[in-house]
Amino acid sequence: MSMIHVTTTVNGDEVEFLCDPRETLLDVLRDRLSLTGAKEGCGTGDCGACSVTVDDRLVCSCLMLGAEAEGKSIGTIEGMADGEALHPLQEKFIEYAALQCGVCTPGVLVATEALLKKNPDPTETEVRYWLAGNLCRCTGYDKIIRAVLDTAADLRKAS
Amino acid sequence: MDYHTPGSFEDAAAIAAKAEGVTRFLAGGTDVLVQLRADMVTPDVLIDIKQIAGVKDIAREEGGWRIGAAVSGAEMTEHNELDQEWPGVVEAMDLIGSTQIQGRATLVGNLCNGSPAADSVPALVAAGASVSVVGKSGTRKMPVEDIPAGPGKTNLEKGDVVSAVHLPARGDNAGDAYLRFIPRTEMDIAVVGCAVNLRLDGGKVIEARVSLGAVAPTVLLVEDAAQAIVGTSLDEAALEALAAAASSACNPIDDKRGTIAFRTHVAGVLAKRAAKIAYERAGGAK
Repeated sequence: MSMIHVTTTVNGDEVEFLCDPRETLLDVLRDRLSLTGAKEGCGTGDCGACSVTVDDRLVCSCLMLGAEAEGKSIGTIEGMADGEALHPLQEKFIEYAALQCGVCTPGVLVATEALLKKNPDPTETEVRYWLAGNLCRCTGYDKIIRAVLDTAADLRKAS
Repeated sequence: MDYHTPGSFEDAAAIAAKAEGVTRFLAGGTDVLVQLRADMVTPDVLIDIKQIAGVKDIAREEGGWRIGAAVSGAEMTEHNELDQEWPGVVEAMDLIGSTQIQGRATLVGNLCNGSPAADSVPALVAAGASVSVVGKSGTRKMPVEDIPAGPGKTNLEKGDVVSAVHLPARGDNAGDAYLRFIPRTEMDIAVVGCAVNLRLDGGKVIEARVSLGAVAPTVLLVEDAAQAIVGTSLDEAALEALAAAASSACNPIDDKRGTIAFRTHVAGVLAKRAAKIAYERAGGAK
């Protein structure tokens, strides 16, 4: 089995890796690049726990091959905080206790950051539809939605 | 699995034509990778078409649109002009999956996956859309309704690859709409889907195309349903005739998501509702 050589950018850093053509981007992130923030929940694009951005577009990394990352710019949860300083969304999720087991949280945060970049003032309905592809089996979503809306309000005040 | 990234559709078609074993084209991958993961379809040859120039373009063409084979649902939704001219096509595509799926899923993938419940396909059929197919004897155009052959099957031959979707010029006083029934609000597969595309002249319908999804082995273009509203101002009698024609075209399966009787009835209901929306979008007052 011949391996494919891929050069890509992950969280702003240029990265090279070799991968089997069947490996997903999620496999590559976790097993080859040791970026284990993105989780595998379902592996079929239903749960959103593996959410990342590719050229600023929100996608499921389980539904993309590692080989397809060539020349792209990938954003993962590991790139969200600025060093030790958490992103306002991360701060707010802690404040609201908007998580229990935490498996869905990286995907929810990546998805939410993408939403707020596109729409800084979403309605509750817009947040709920945007996050429809991020399944949480613990919290029942309400704290997540409130944390997102409150962060959006803070960010609008700050800007 | 061999992974190819050809630089042209001719090269892609040539690779597919001489490939041995299971061959799949990769654009958004939202079906191909799921089937790979589930061991349903394990390609021996995977041909990624995204390195080909123009595959991500939505471009004007003869007054209509050419939508490249790798254009995602999100890119269609964000395209204001396309959305204004073909809101039914765009809303049908937008109903597929989550935000994450919208970032990758494509019209051509939805068509070539061959699901009878594909949301974008009835909207494309109602719109009178066609696709460019690149094969060993060159490029040909096929109407969208000629592509599906049955669940998971298409009329494309080995070595054929769809390079783009073509939407006709919208013209004046026209509108389209797509509605589907699902038992929840989001993230589900159509139990019935219905698209209506029509043109008005002074409040009267002068052209119509009605298409149904998920009620037969393939998408249906229902000529009788279109005839039921052409020449009318979409009055109650016309709507009832439309519903009856849509229901009588149904040949659905019974499954956990809907019975034959339910799907047949809902097809008529959705046809009426979609026709009213298309009529309003075409500038008709209701």
